[in-house]
Parts: sequence; C-alpha cells; structure tokens
Amino acid sequence: MLETLVIMLVKIGVVFGALLLTVAYMTWVERKVIADIQVRLGPTRVGPYGLLQPIADGLKLMFKEDLIPSQVDRVIFLLAPSLSIIPAFIAFAVIPFGDTTTLFGLLSRPVPLHITDIDVGVLFVFGVASLGVYGIVLAGWSSNNKYSLLGGLRSSAQLISYELSMGLSVVGVLLLVGSLSLVDIVKAQAGVSWWFGLLPVPNWFLFSQPVGFCIYFCCALAETNRAPFDLPEAETELVAGFHTEYSSMKFAMFFMAEYANMITVAALATTMFLGGWLGPVAPSPVWFLGKVFFLLFLFIWFRATLPRFRYDQLMGFGWKRLLPLALLNTAVTAIAAVRG
Amino acid sequence: MTSTRTMTLNMGPQHPSTHGVLRLVLTLDGEVVVKCAPHIGYLHTGIEKGLESKRYQQGIPLTDRMDYLAPLSNNLALVLAIEKALGVTLPERAQTIRVLLTELTRIKSHLVWLGTHALDIGAMSVFLYCFREREAILDLYEAVSGQRMMSSYFRVGGLASDLPPGFEDAVKAFLRTFPDRLAEYEALLTANPLWRQRTIGIGTIKREEAIALGLSGPGLRACGVAYDVRRAHPYSGYERYSFEIPLGKAGDVYDRYLVRMAEMRQSHRIAGQALERLTPGPVNVADPKLIPPPKPLLKRSMEALIHHFKLYAEGFSVPAGEVYHAIEAPKGELGCYLVSDGSPRPYRVHFRAPSFVNLQALPKMVEGCLVADVVAVIGSLDIVLGEIDR
Repeated sequence: MLETLVIMLVKIGVVFGALLLTVAYMTWVERKVIADIQVRLGPTRVGPYGLLQPIADGLKLMFKEDLIPSQVDRVIFLLAPSLSIIPAFIAFAVIPFGDTTTLFGLLSRPVPLHITDIDVGVLFVFGVASLGVYGIVLAGWSSNNKYSLLGGLRSSAQLISYELSMGLSVVGVLLLVGSLSLVDIVKAQAGVSWWFGLLPVPNWFLFSQPVGFCIYFCCALAETNRAPFDLPEAETELVAGFHTEYSSMKFAMFFMAEYANMITVAALATTMFLGGWLGPVAPSPVWFLGKVFFLLFLFIWFRATLPRFRYDQLMGFGWKRLLPLALLNTAVTAIAAVRG
Repeated sequence: MTSTRTMTLNMGPQHPSTHGVLRLVLTLDGEVVVKCAPHIGYLHTGIEKGLESKRYQQGIPLTDRMDYLAPLSNNLALVLAIEKALGVTLPERAQTIRVLLTELTRIKSHLVWLGTHALDIGAMSVFLYCFREREAILDLYEAVSGQRMMSSYFRVGGLASDLPPGFEDAVKAFLRTFPDRLAEYEALLTANPLWRQRTIGIGTIKREEAIALGLSGPGLRACGVAYDVRRAHPYSGYERYSFEIPLGKAGDVYDRYLVRMAEMRQSHRIAGQALERLTPGPVNVADPKLIPPPKPLLKRSMEALIHHFKLYAEGFSVPAGEVYHAIEAPKGELGCYLVSDGSPRPYRVHFRAPSFVNLQALPKMVEGCLVADVVAVIGSLDIVLGEIDR
C-alpha cells in the first residue's frame, strides 16, 4: 500500500516536473525553430545556444510588477489565470507516456508509466481541456478592456466550433478499439501490417484513420489558439487579445497554459493516432517523447508559414467543412467496423 | 425588447498594426465596422514649415523623414521641383543614377509593405524574408551615401558624389538574386487559400470612387486605371525605359497585392536597364552657382573660392514664381509644390503626399468589413505616417 502511494506520488512529481520543464523549453525550441525558418539566430546570449533563456524569461516575469488595473473585476481577474493553467496540467494525468518499467530491476514489480488509467480517459482529457476556455473568456470579460473582450468572445466562439469536430474526429478510433481508455487505445495499435506484402507499416490509427487525424490536428491547432487559428490573441488586430491587461506571473500563467495545452493535445494525438509509446529498440518513453516533439514541431512550422484565418472564416471552416467531414468519417468507420 | 448598441473602439495611435501612429475611431456592431474615422497628426514634424527657414540645398535632409521607407523618392521630388524652377537639365549619368536608385527605393519600400502586410494577416515569416532583401538595398544605400536610411543623396543639379567603385557589381549581384526570392514570397502567398480568403473581395473600391478620392499609385492601378506619373509625365528620362504598368481589376486588397508584386518586377527591369545605360560622365551640372567646385581648385582659383564661399554662406536663389513637379513614388503620386520669392529660401513648399490622399479612401474601404479586415486594408494602402503628417 505504502509503496503504491510512494510510486504514485513520485510519478505525479515526475510528470508535473517534466511537463513544466517541457513548457519552459518549448518556448526555447519554438524560438530556435522559427528563427531557423526565418533566417535568424534566435536566442544566443543566455547560456550556450541560448539554452538558459527560458530560465531568464521566467525570472524576468517573476520580478515584473504585477499590475492590476483599477477598473477590473478583481475576483474574476485574479481567478482567470488559474482557471486557465490548472486544467492544462490536469489533463496530462491520464496520458500514458510509456509501457511499464521496473527501473532497471529496482522495483519488485513492473510499474505502468502513466499516472492513472481511467476507463473514460478520452472523455476526461476533452472535458478538462475545454475548461481552460473559461480562463480566457473570464480574463477577457473581467479586464474591462475592449480588445480583451473581443479576444475572449472570439475564443468562446472558436471553442464551440472546434470542440465538436475534435470530439467526432476521434470517434473513429474509439469505434475501432471499443474502449475509451488511453492505454487500451495504445495497445490496440501494436504490431505491423504489410502493405502490398512489401512495405511494413505499423498498425497506427494514423494509417487507418487519416481523415480523423487531419481533422483532429486542425482542431488541436484551433483548441490551443495556435496559428493559423490564433484569433483570440491576434496580436496585429487585438493588441494582445484577452491577456492585454495581464502582467508578471499572471501573464506567464496564460502563456504556460497555452504551451501545456499544446503538449497535451500533441500527446493525445500521439496516443490516439501515432501508436503512443510503441516502437522498436528504444525505450518506450523515448518513442513517446519523439512523436510528441514531432507534432510540436508541426505546430511551430504551421505558425511560421500560414496567415491567420478571419473570425467568420474560422467559424465557417469549423462548421461547414470539418464537422461534416468528421461526421462522414465517423459514419464510414462505423459501417466498416460493423461489417468487420 | 432587446436592442443592439454599437461599440466604439479606439484603435491606435499605439497599436501594432496601424503602421505608426494612425488612430482610427471604429464604430463596431459586433466585429463589423459601421463607421471608421481616421485621426492623424500624431507624427507632425513640421517638415513643410521647416523647409521655409532653410536654404534650398539644406532642405533635402528634411524630406528624407517624410516617407522614411523611400527617402530617395522624397529627395527626388524636391530637387526636381527646384531644378524645374531653375530650369537646369541634368547630365545623362546623373539622371540614370537617379532612376536606378529610385527604382531600388521602390523595391525597398514595397518589401517593407509586403512584409508588414503579410505580418498583419499573420504570415510572419514573409516579414523577415522581406527584411533580408531590404537589408541588401540598405547596404547599397550606405555605399552611395554613407547612410542606410536617411541618405539625402540627391542634390539640386546632380548628386552628392559619383557612385563608389564596385557599386555596379553590387547592384548586379542584388538584381541577380532578387527575382528568385520574389518568386519564393509569391509562392508563400499568391496561391495560398488562406491568403486569398483574407484578401479577395476585401476593401474593394470602385474605379470612379478611387478617381474621385484622388487615389494614386498601386491603389489606383489596382482598380484598373493606368495612371503612372513615370508614363504620363515622364521625368529623369523615364520615357527612354521600357516597362509595363501592372493593372488590377477588382480594386480589392488582393489586387493591390498583385499590382505591387508586379511593380517590384518592373522596377527590377528598369533598374537593369539603368545599369546598362550607365556610361562614364559628369554627375553634376557644370554650374558653380549650384555645385561646389572641386576641393583642390579652391587653393588655386580665386573664382572657385568665391563660389564655394557664396554657395555655403548664402546659397543660391530661385527665380520668383511657382512650380509643381510630381514623381511616381512607391506609394503613389508624390508632388512638390514650390513657391519662390526670389530669395535663397523657399517661400512655401507643399508636398502632395500619396499616403495622405490614399488614406482618405480608408473609411470607404473598411465600412462593412470586420475588425480583422481593417488591418488588412490599412496594410494594403501602404501608408507611412511621416508622410501624412509632414
């Protein structure tokens, strides 16, 4: 009993720490990758290759004056950043980031590498992740600033538009697996099939559900407010959108929430479509991290390349294109699943 | 009983996408713009007034600061007006160098437009790519004048100095790489469905309205009006160059984009022709009243010393009267209206600034658009506040 508890606490600590570290270093990775795409250098001054930049940024934000404008709705204004960051971190609790480990024989029995495996894991992630928008809407509302308000409104509209398609995009996978547990979903993707008897292709749902993956990825970009769907904080239109009035750590919390969400949706995509931790030779967490970082790289690449949607075009794209496509994909998968 | 109320949004003067310090008071119904009122004057520098207290040749550096993205075009408008009043004709080489440099200026100005316009719509990489090319042109600027931006290279009656050695090769090197780079930027945007969605049918203005509002430059040509000062009223020998006037049809943001992209190619073409025409020769008129004598001569010739002293102590005077001279600046027709009372200082200088006139079309273009379109339309107008407020 005690051992289980200790293991559980250690796992929570490790996942939380790793997530925080990844969030911090995602900013560095993003700046370096975008800099490379844009023929610049990116951070170089703080530490070798600018590696200490995230720490410098964190320190800077901590010591900034924490300004609260006089006309804001104080309680909600203070609550909003927490509402945004907490769900972003909680969602990671059900993501399996590896198979099992005995820590090189240190432990008496193998320990599964996930904090918990609940039987409605997918629903849990979706549910918790969508709570994050409350933080954004309330921040926009309580700031008493027109730009913030427009940013908050845009994001609520965006969330409604894309939540639905995102949910439907994974229904195909769920139909094929028959379980909502994320561990089961990963295990269902084990093995290799031979295309035309020549090409070995892993049984990832990416290959059996390509449409689902594409829809999921579009929605993931929209859910995390990333380009080309970064309307709530469209800098060139709405100054800084919903977090215009925020400073210091409260601003940093929104920022961290955005990056944590990015990592969560990438981790979920890895689990659902890219076979999670599965892969030959290397240890399972390495495979998991590699796939997640590949998806995160795509996020950054998109940001560096694409112009931004307009609010109404974004809604149109969500409702008129993605949703029917997701429904069609679900229907086709259902028929295929029933006919075996 | 429910009612809808409009919201007034004050956009600027501190706003990332109003290209400086433009202030727009937008009346919004949701995110739809009902009314748009531009407010200007936040960058008033008193350039026109300042010119009245300076001698003619001292005024040139002031004009750099008007459209600071195209300083040499501003220089050109002023010196051409003064030269017209004086009735001097420039040597061939000086004219060719002016054409070469102002066409490079056009490319430079359009590059900043393209970069910031794309950035406003969210395509951030294009911005940095454009600045890479602009940097090459700034190096050329520095080579001729010692200054990257405020170059003040043109003089009444010629140029500050001849081109430095190696300059032609540097220009050739730039002209060689530029078309490929431009094609890359077009590949990122022209056929991009997101870009097209954001620009086609946005900020449309009809041909008649554009003419009535006095639009000029790419904004006017995007409506299909083939008016280009270089063709309509040639100066600096433009009648001897072959180039096309790119035209649009719809007069929307996308057409203005296409027109400017095509203009960069045409400028590239003109610059290439100018390089070929560049033959050795004097770059200044042989008039010691306008151009200081060479330094070694001062020690030997009494007349040269007197001319030098007179030119710097009191300047040259321009016959009393008024002149107007317009050039095709990157942003449109840049005219200089000059009134002289016969003294070495102008009585009044007025600039017909294309940004100022083009901005008048903004309310007409954005009414009925969304907030996100406002920044796209501002970007497509390519305004520079320094030129608007003067």
